[in-house]
Amino acid sequence: MYIYIQGTGCVSPQETAAGNTFPAAVLPWEGPRLKAWEPDYKQWIDVKLIRRMSRVIKMGVAAAKLSLQEAGVEVPDAIITGTAYGCLDDTGVFLSKMINQQEEMLTPTAFIQSTHNTVAGQIALMLGCHAYNNTFVHKAFSFESALLDSIMILREGRSSSILAGAMDELTNHSFNILSRFDLYKKEPVTYEQLLKSSTHGTVAGEGAACFALGTEKGPNTKAKLTGLTTLYKPVGKAEISPDITSFLAAHNCSQEEVSLVITGRNGDASGDEWYEYVENTLFAGKPVAGFKHLCGEYPTAASFGMWLGNRILAEQQVPADVLLKGKVPEQIKKVLIYNHHKQTHHSLILLTAC
Amino acid sequence: MHSDVWIAGGGVICGIGNNLSECLTAFERMEPGMAHMEHLHSVHRHTFPVVEVKASNATLASWTGMPEKISRTALLSRVAAQEAWNSTGLGDIHQYRVGFVSANTVGGMDKTEDFFADYLQDPSKGHLSQVVHHECGAITELVADAMGIRHHISTISTACSSSANALMYGSRLIKNNLVDVVIAGGTDALTRFTLNGFNTLMILDPAACRPFDDTRAGLNLGEGAGYVVLISEALAAELPASKQPWCRLSGYANANDAYHQTASSPDGTGNFLAMRAALEMSGIKPEDVDYINLHGTGTQNNDSAEGAAIARLFAPHYPPVSSTKSFTGHTLGASGGIEAVFSAWAVKEGVIYPNANFSKQMKDLPFSPVTKFSAGLQLQHVMSNSFGFGGNCSSLVFSKNAQS
Repeated sequence: MYIYIQGTGCVSPQETAAGNTFPAAVLPWEGPRLKAWEPDYKQWIDVKLIRRMSRVIKMGVAAAKLSLQEAGVEVPDAIITGTAYGCLDDTGVFLSKMINQQEEMLTPTAFIQSTHNTVAGQIALMLGCHAYNNTFVHKAFSFESALLDSIMILREGRSSSILAGAMDELTNHSFNILSRFDLYKKEPVTYEQLLKSSTHGTVAGEGAACFALGTEKGPNTKAKLTGLTTLYKPVGKAEISPDITSFLAAHNCSQEEVSLVITGRNGDASGDEWYEYVENTLFAGKPVAGFKHLCGEYPTAASFGMWLGNRILAEQQVPADVLLKGKVPEQIKKVLIYNHHKQTHHSLILLTAC
Repeated sequence: MHSDVWIAGGGVICGIGNNLSECLTAFERMEPGMAHMEHLHSVHRHTFPVVEVKASNATLASWTGMPEKISRTALLSRVAAQEAWNSTGLGDIHQYRVGFVSANTVGGMDKTEDFFADYLQDPSKGHLSQVVHHECGAITELVADAMGIRHHISTISTACSSSANALMYGSRLIKNNLVDVVIAGGTDALTRFTLNGFNTLMILDPAACRPFDDTRAGLNLGEGAGYVVLISEALAAELPASKQPWCRLSGYANANDAYHQTASSPDGTGNFLAMRAALEMSGIKPEDVDYINLHGTGTQNNDSAEGAAIARLFAPHYPPVSSTKSFTGHTLGASGGIEAVFSAWAVKEGVIYPNANFSKQMKDLPFSPVTKFSAGLQLQHVMSNSFGFGGNCSSLVFSKNAQS
């Protein structure tokens, strides 16, 4: 059974939500915090609802709607989301008021919207979708678990289209606190320089990317989701190579057949060594693309990478702004996305043109 | 894809016992766990009873060998997950491909609350060690790392139905041959965040909760963790005669009510769809169900919606039903896991748990919950319901025999 990407939707620090094509130009950013470029949500969401929704809900709903529109699916057979941090803004609001007001005179809205399944629940509510609904919240495996759950359910053969996606927002509190963990660049850096950096740290990002996945091709299907796997805390770089090789073999794909490798390079010198190692040992001479200079680093950023991989297969070209090295072949058939988050959560996604 | 998934064992810690055996004693003796807060520091401590685990973080740490300063959610998780593993005949965990799928709703919020009090005064203040495990997934990893599990780890959060979904996902991992064993369930410690959140919704009962009673006035929050050990059919066949599986996870389904962010639809559409689909997967009829472990929170809304859905699906053959939340309180992300252990044990030992504090039949329902503990019955199929915010509704069916 093949699993096809029937539609995609992406809200990110780039103008990806303006239409399902590569934005004409990169939106430059400054400082270590990238903010999502937000579309006019009125096209999908009632104005009264928009006012009450936090950004992560709006971004998630927009990405979901975009992907279903492209797939030509009105109500999917399942809604499965992944979010590492959940609804941070509403969590922060309720927590702050609870502390500042000594647990008195609190109102329910922020609490109600703070639960991690809010986005999936809102999408179900808006679509009137009574089907399977699940939310994975496992750090940088949140998106991958949502994809795996979707794949397993599609394989059971009773669902034709599943909405799978991931969303995470940055808030002032979360950015302040994450910064105190020394995750981000101290020196000024531009999008052109970030992935060539040799210093410590990266830049913070956010966004939502959704995919309508199905067992049949949709009117706009350009790629198949061929494989997915995760690797938790590999002992060292040497462990990742055999894992990648056996992952490819399990999906009948040789290293030669990979047309393009998309890596989660984020400009953090020690983290990027993993990508460097894999590029040099397994994929020497292969073209390599990156994406975190466009969306920043966050635990579900691999979803942006998958959106990009699908676009590249759809348009059969790699935008100059994402190509990091090598020459892209005439025909782009298979794209491997290798991402890791803080060297702990590693994932591999294989897409095939169709 | 037609292979069976078996329950090889289970473990629980909650406000009525630090292990399954203590919980069973509390049911037999009709001793619900509602009390004043001892461990949670809240201004509401004299207003709302809670069902706390009767152990301090220091005690839990000493039982688990984990640091005392980490989130109580992780400490509770470790206790129950280890009991679950030890209850099986599987031996050394390292010889299998093991998955750990653990649900929770607020991760390390118990520590984040303390951090935030300092941080709001001055954003450069607050100990980072108190927020480093804020994420839900961090709790799962603390326990997976302590138990040496790394083949597959994941965390699910669908509010009060979270850990029922962990059993479903775990079961699929086994059916897809990604792992041989999955420890599946959930954990949640009491936090001020959730206590105050439920208080704003005005669904906390200042007295002991009365699920499925006409006088019910809300829920009591509880805390704890509960896990079952799911194993493949192949592995079940290798178990020694003395350590046979408890039962089989024969059916599961998840549906969305798609009605309101927090309230259930009056006719319990999502509940109905989840229960019906779970029965369908089990290949059984409503009249084959011998006991339902209700979601039964004790709120007006839940119990009337769940009751209406049961009436619609089961009429006129109502099986015995009860809500063990009348003993344990509502343990949120842990409840589906805790109640899965109770339900799987119910099949194994023929136990039906009592519903405490029941006095008055709900006017709109043709059935009422059982109020006495019984054991030694022949139960073929037991259903466990878990419903939550976001319209998330899940239902599980545990069965004695292999599929025919």
